[in-house]
Order: sequence, then C-alpha cells, then structure tokens
Amino acid sequence: MIEVAIRAKSFAGGAVLRDIRFTVAPGEVVAILGPSGIGKSTLLRIVAGIDRDFAGEVTRPDRLGMVFQEPMLLPWRSAAANLMLVHPGLGRAGALAALTRVGIADRADLFPGQLSLGQQRRVALARALAGDPQALVLDEPFASLDPATGDEMLALTGALIAAARPATLFVTHSAAEARRLAGRVLHLGGRPATIVAGGGDA
Amino acid sequence: MTEVPTPTPIPAAAVRALSLLALLALWVGAAALAGDRLILPQPWSLGAPLRDEIAAGRLPWHLARTLVRVLWAFALAMAIGTALGLVMGRRPAIDRWLDPWLVVFLNLPALVLIVLCYLWIGLNETAAIVAVTLNKIPGVVTIIREGARALDPGLAAMAAVFRMSPGRRLRHVTLPQLAPFVAAAARSGIAVIWKIVLVVEFLGRSNGIGFQIHLHFQQFDVAMVLVYALSFVAVMLAVEWLVLQPIEARARRWRGA
Repeated sequence: MIEVAIRAKSFAGGAVLRDIRFTVAPGEVVAILGPSGIGKSTLLRIVAGIDRDFAGEVTRPDRLGMVFQEPMLLPWRSAAANLMLVHPGLGRAGALAALTRVGIADRADLFPGQLSLGQQRRVALARALAGDPQALVLDEPFASLDPATGDEMLALTGALIAAARPATLFVTHSAAEARRLAGRVLHLGGRPATIVAGGGDA
Repeated sequence: MTEVPTPTPIPAAAVRALSLLALLALWVGAAALAGDRLILPQPWSLGAPLRDEIAAGRLPWHLARTLVRVLWAFALAMAIGTALGLVMGRRPAIDRWLDPWLVVFLNLPALVLIVLCYLWIGLNETAAIVAVTLNKIPGVVTIIREGARALDPGLAAMAAVFRMSPGRRLRHVTLPQLAPFVAAAARSGIAVIWKIVLVVEFLGRSNGIGFQIHLHFQQFDVAMVLVYALSFVAVMLAVEWLVLQPIEARARRWRGA
C-alpha cells in the first residue's frame, strides 16, 4: 500500500507540486500521466523516498523496487552481480532466475556496457522485482526504446506485475502506455502541478 | 625545422627504447668530455661498485629500509587523503572549513615540514614517516575531492531506494566511481613520496638510499651516488610497471569490455 499526501513541493525556482493525494492498493497499478517537465519525476522521487524535502506525508512499504528513467546499473559489475549486490539474500541462483524471467539469463555475466539499451532495461526491471517488492515504482521505463522493443517491454512488465502483484505506481507521458498497463490513470496538470483528473481513492 | 621524408611511423616501444639509448649516449658523451671519472664516470664503470655493494649486502639493506618507509607513507597518505577527499567532496560545509588548510599545506615546502617534524617529534622513524605522509596528503585530497564531486547522483538514488548497506555502497557504488581518481592519486603519490623519502633520509636518518647518497656526497663519490640513485629508480620503475599498471588495467576492465 502506497499512501501519498503531499501539500507542497518547491525548488529554488518556485512551487512544483501542490495538494496531491492518492493511494495505491496492493496489486493495483496506477499511472501518472502528464506532459514533460510537469513534475512527474519529482513526485516519483518523493514517493520512493529519494527526495525528503517536501511538505506532507508519504507512507510506503519497506520492500520497494524501482525502475529509473535510465537503467542505473553499476557499469563495473556484471548483470547478475547488479542483482545480487542490491539483494544480498538472492544468491547467484536467484539472480539467474530473475534474469530468466526477463529473458536474458544468457547475458548474466556481461557488463551493462556490453548490453543493448533494451537489455539493460530488462536487467533494471529484474532488479526492481527480484526483492519480491510490496511496492513498485516505474519512472518512464519505456522511454527511448524503439517502438517494437518498447511494446515488448510493456507486455513483459505487465505480465511480471500481474504475477508479483505489488502496489505499482507508473509514470509516463504516453496515454497509450498508461491505458495498457494501469487500472487507474491520474492526470497531472497546472502549475504548480496537481491531479486534474482521476484523483481520489478508488 | 626539417621535414622527415619517410612517413612510416616508428612503433611506440621502439621510440621509447631509442629515446633511452639516446640518453645513455648523451651520458657516454658527457663522461668522455669530462674525462674525469671523479666528476662523471662512464656507465659501464658503475658495474663493479654495484656488484660490490650488492655482494656486501649494503645496497639491498638500504634499499629495503627506504622501501619500507615509502610503503608506510604511501599507505597512510592514500588512506587518510582518500577519506578526507571523499568527505570534502561530498559535504560542501566541511569543504569550506577545510579548504583553507588544504591550500596552506599544499603550499608548504616539503623541506619545511620535514625539518619541523624532526624538531618536534625527534630524529626518529615516526617523524620521518609523518613528514612524508603530511607532504603527500594534500595532493591526494585534491584529486579525490574532484572525484567525489563528480559522483553520479542517479546511482546514489538507486543505492538509497534499494537500501544498500553503507559498506556495500562504499565498495560497489562509490569506490568504483573513484577508481580513476584513486589511480591518478596513487601514481603521482608514489612518484612524489619516494623522492621526499630520500630527502627525509638525507636530513635525519642513519640508513636508507637517501642516507647513502648523503654519505657518498660528503666523500664526493659521484659513482656511488649514481649507483644508489639509479638502483632505486630501477626499483620504482619496476613497481610502476609490475604493480601499479596491472592494478589499473584490472580496475578498468569493465570499460574495455
């Protein structure tokens, strides 16, 4: 369960977010849709606990997985090591199983620099889900992929979420992506941004 | 300037060997011109004194003493300098306080620190190693601080979200990013440290390469000064090629892959 109640968030340049309230139930997938630069990533960083400088309250479960806009892998560690370092309890067998689920077990011992962007994103997805997370946060995970790869990743992500059923919060600027993956879509708009449609608790 | 008519490039290794040979030829020429083995002996006339010093065990003993000092000062300066540089690079408030100290120590002549350490601590091993360490720490801090400022905030966010422990973060996230800077600090560190160690020994120790150079300097024995100096240069070059460069290549393995 993710509960968000942000009264205000501002940077030096001014207010970015105001009065954002919503919850994500276990097993639910909520998409946040809005144009570029509106503050979607800022909202996600607050939800994930990376940014703690805001007015309001956010509760999130202990086990949280996240997929960033960039793959954010450790380039000096192999794909399998990237999973094992973040999840010490996983072990090599667990890491291989997680990579198998995203279809790149054969790349386990390669460095991220030896993988294509699509493969790196698969490793990042495997890493986010490997810890059996109660909540999953996805920040534009299909950005800068070609349409075919993006479509494949979207299907894979949907299947993995359906199997693991974490409370999932998903940020995108694509309405099509939001409709395909999410059970509920929140539209972010205005300046400072707030929820302009789809808000409230389902 | 004259144009070289043949555009065929000479291999880098051959250039290096030829360049060293030219230096040797220069030495031979200068020695021939001097015509006095007390001023500058021919390179081949150093063989006999070198053999004698090794056979008597003096050269290995003094070399070992100097190497131990180099290792101690290197390990201390790298450990303290890396820790300080990391803290100063990550925390601007601390950096503002410590930066003026850094500037003072960077501009303090090595000789001043050495003399003060001997005066305050005494003519002993501790003073010698402290003096060398203090001379090198500011340089290490300056390099590591640059690296700490350039750490990727995205990877830090990733480590925070997945709740990596501080130890794992340091070892797998922070230090690999700092590795090129640590290597640069180690490179320039070892080069500066062994030179300062010789000065420290020259001024206040009764063993080591620096002491031997001092001894033979007082006897105006150019050949022995060269024997000790060159054998230590050879050892340090071996360290560079056999230890530092392989470690660096290993740390950079993921880049080439």
